[in-house]
Amino acid sequence: MRAITIILFKDLAQRARDSTLFVFAIGLPLGMAFVLNLILGGGGNSFTAKYALVDADRGPIAQVFTEQVLVPLEKQGTLSLRRVATAEEAGRLTESQEVQAAFVLPAGFSAGVQAGAPATIQVVGSVDAPVAVQVAREIGEAFATDLRSVQLAVTVAGGATLTQEQREQIAERARTVAAPLSVRDDSNVATRELDTTTFYAAGMAMFFLFFSVVFSVTSLFDERRSGTLARLLAAPIPRSAILAGKLLSGVLVGIVSTAILVVASSLLMGARWGDPLGVGILIVAAVLAATGMMAAVATFARTSEQASNWQSVIAMILGMLGGVFFPVANLGSLATITFATPHGWFLRGLSDLAGGGSLSAILVPTLALLAFAVVGFAMALLRVGRMLQS
Amino acid sequence: MSDAVLACDGLRKQYGQMVAVDGIGFSIAEGETYGLLGPNGAGKTTSIAMIVGVLARDAGDVLIDGQKHDVNSVKTKSLIGYVPQEMALYPDLTARQNLRFFGRMYGLSRNDIKRKTDEVLEIIGLADRADETIGGFSGGMMRRLNIGVGLIHRPRLLILDEPTVGVDPQSRNAILDSVEQLAGEGVAVLYTTHYMEEAERLCDRVGIVDKGRMQAEGTRRELVAMVGEHDRVTLTAEGDLARAAAALREMPEARQVSHDESRIELMVPEAGVVLARALHEVTEAGVTVRSVEVREPDLEAVFLHLTGKALRD
Ligand SMILES: Nc1ncnc2c1ncn2[C@@H]1O[C@H](COP(=O)(O)OP(=O)(O)OP(=O)(O)O)[C@@H](O)[C@H]1O
Ligand SMILES: [Mg+2]
Repeated sequence: MRAITIILFKDLAQRARDSTLFVFAIGLPLGMAFVLNLILGGGGNSFTAKYALVDADRGPIAQVFTEQVLVPLEKQGTLSLRRVATAEEAGRLTESQEVQAAFVLPAGFSAGVQAGAPATIQVVGSVDAPVAVQVAREIGEAFATDLRSVQLAVTVAGGATLTQEQREQIAERARTVAAPLSVRDDSNVATRELDTTTFYAAGMAMFFLFFSVVFSVTSLFDERRSGTLARLLAAPIPRSAILAGKLLSGVLVGIVSTAILVVASSLLMGARWGDPLGVGILIVAAVLAATGMMAAVATFARTSEQASNWQSVIAMILGMLGGVFFPVANLGSLATITFATPHGWFLRGLSDLAGGGSLSAILVPTLALLAFAVVGFAMALLRVGRMLQS
Repeated sequence: MSDAVLACDGLRKQYGQMVAVDGIGFSIAEGETYGLLGPNGAGKTTSIAMIVGVLARDAGDVLIDGQKHDVNSVKTKSLIGYVPQEMALYPDLTARQNLRFFGRMYGLSRNDIKRKTDEVLEIIGLADRADETIGGFSGGMMRRLNIGVGLIHRPRLLILDEPTVGVDPQSRNAILDSVEQLAGEGVAVLYTTHYMEEAERLCDRVGIVDKGRMQAEGTRRELVAMVGEHDRVTLTAEGDLARAAAALREMPEARQVSHDESRIELMVPEAGVVLARALHEVTEAGVTVRSVEVREPDLEAVFLHLTGKALRD
């Protein structure tokens, strides 16, 4: 036991000098989660876009867009709306970033639509708020599509030139068809699904966990290269203590770095991991799985470089299959494949917790993770003898 | 030998078709220094690895202090101090941290580690560089630290595998001094080297290994007698050396006589007994002797005789 601790602390001290560990264990997962959340996450509950509206038309269709589309979204808290008189003023506001995007309904907008022309809602956006601008475009396009179907219906019924009556019909129907848009609200806890922010924080933590524990058994190759393995083998300690010290250093680094990620992503990104005890259990199980599996992979290699390469490839494939880059819900039937990986089970466990599940909800994911751990450790133990030769 | 600190017998290790060690055995008593000499690839390091318990042996026995010893013997391993032939240090740690880590591995207490670390740093002459990361050390400094780590606990048996390669003469002297001192305190020492002076100076007994087998074993005197080497007398002289050489050949003790324009070489069992007579014969032959050199046979000669190779290549 004493020997295990001594080797463990020596290894941790050596790791602590290695800045790449911090990059892989903390920097990259946090950064990637942040970026992925920004690019792919779309709206979250904390998302409030600031828009301006220029209604130079003041016709019936413009009124439908304002009253039936934008105002409900404003009430829902998804956006804040600022009415301005001219497109120039809206442009100034986006430039000064007081608003992120502006809807411009040009003069003659309603008349055009009523005459059967395609609706054009201009969106002027700030380059610094790509997500908010994208959302604005989609709101505009959704409305334009709705209008198009109304126009088609009326035109098919009435022939080439539209009568005054038909024009009024378009405006009337538009009013009923343009049902209030809804922007998906991911904060809905009843769905047993992680919100996007937490999903990416957890996914990236798991993905990079597999990279940050690779050193544990692989460092036996370094001990051999530095000749120190001969000294460890000559020392009055059981050989198993050497292996145990190495494995434990991986487990410890994994647990600590994931714990830091939980705290950091909660504070910096607003991730909500769920019940701390449940999260803790899942993390420990996941770290054991990662360390065991990466150790098993290492035993097939001949050098530390080869081991790292193979481990990286496996970690990459597992991460892809495990669905850490795409929310499982979006994968459809492919989602089952994620359960061939610890990543899938870890994320599943977390969403079960997020669904308000009690600890018993994570029993299956925890057992699945531990099964990966057992298989990994068993394989590593069976094969490690080869590596314990100076 | 029951009082031997190390007794090994019938050690054998085979790599594929190659038998690296083939039945090597010897023993070392308390306070005794035993030299294992042999050409490159003779099997010295492999034997040592099996003795230390780093390498599993195919056959043979090792007793440390009378107790059976193998790769899993934790208790007897604590009695051995080991200086591997290859450098065995953590390059990203400091000299002191390296010493401390292995001190802990051998179960030294906190106080002992502090005291022994300072003591060893003094012996290996690295006290002033103790807190530098050793990545920047010179080859010789690394060597010294490599030896130091083997001394950090108080071993009963100290095993040094070519420890002084690349160490400057001054530090080498300090190292040899401390090995001698440890032996004087009762530590059994197993030493391999390619330096004749070291073997001659340190070793009470020597084993000569070649091709995985023990070729000969004994004290220097015993080995010399065993191979029947003679003292070599070299006379530098002027005059008719051919005539003088012919006169020397008449002496019953002369085993071999040769000469060139300025020197006569005479091989005899014991130079002291015949030297005066030989000088008389040479002078009688009208030759003026300028200088006389007598060389007793050394390990180098024994080594050459047994292995057909020079000790250093
Ligand atoms: N792991 C190994 N695999 C295969 N052959 C080996 C291995 N280790 C040593 N040998 C071979 O065993 C023989 C003995 O090697 P060893 O290192 O014991 O020699 P040595 O006497 O220490 O030589 P040197 O004076 O050069 O250090 C050599 O022929 C070597 O090539
Ligand atoms: Mg050797």
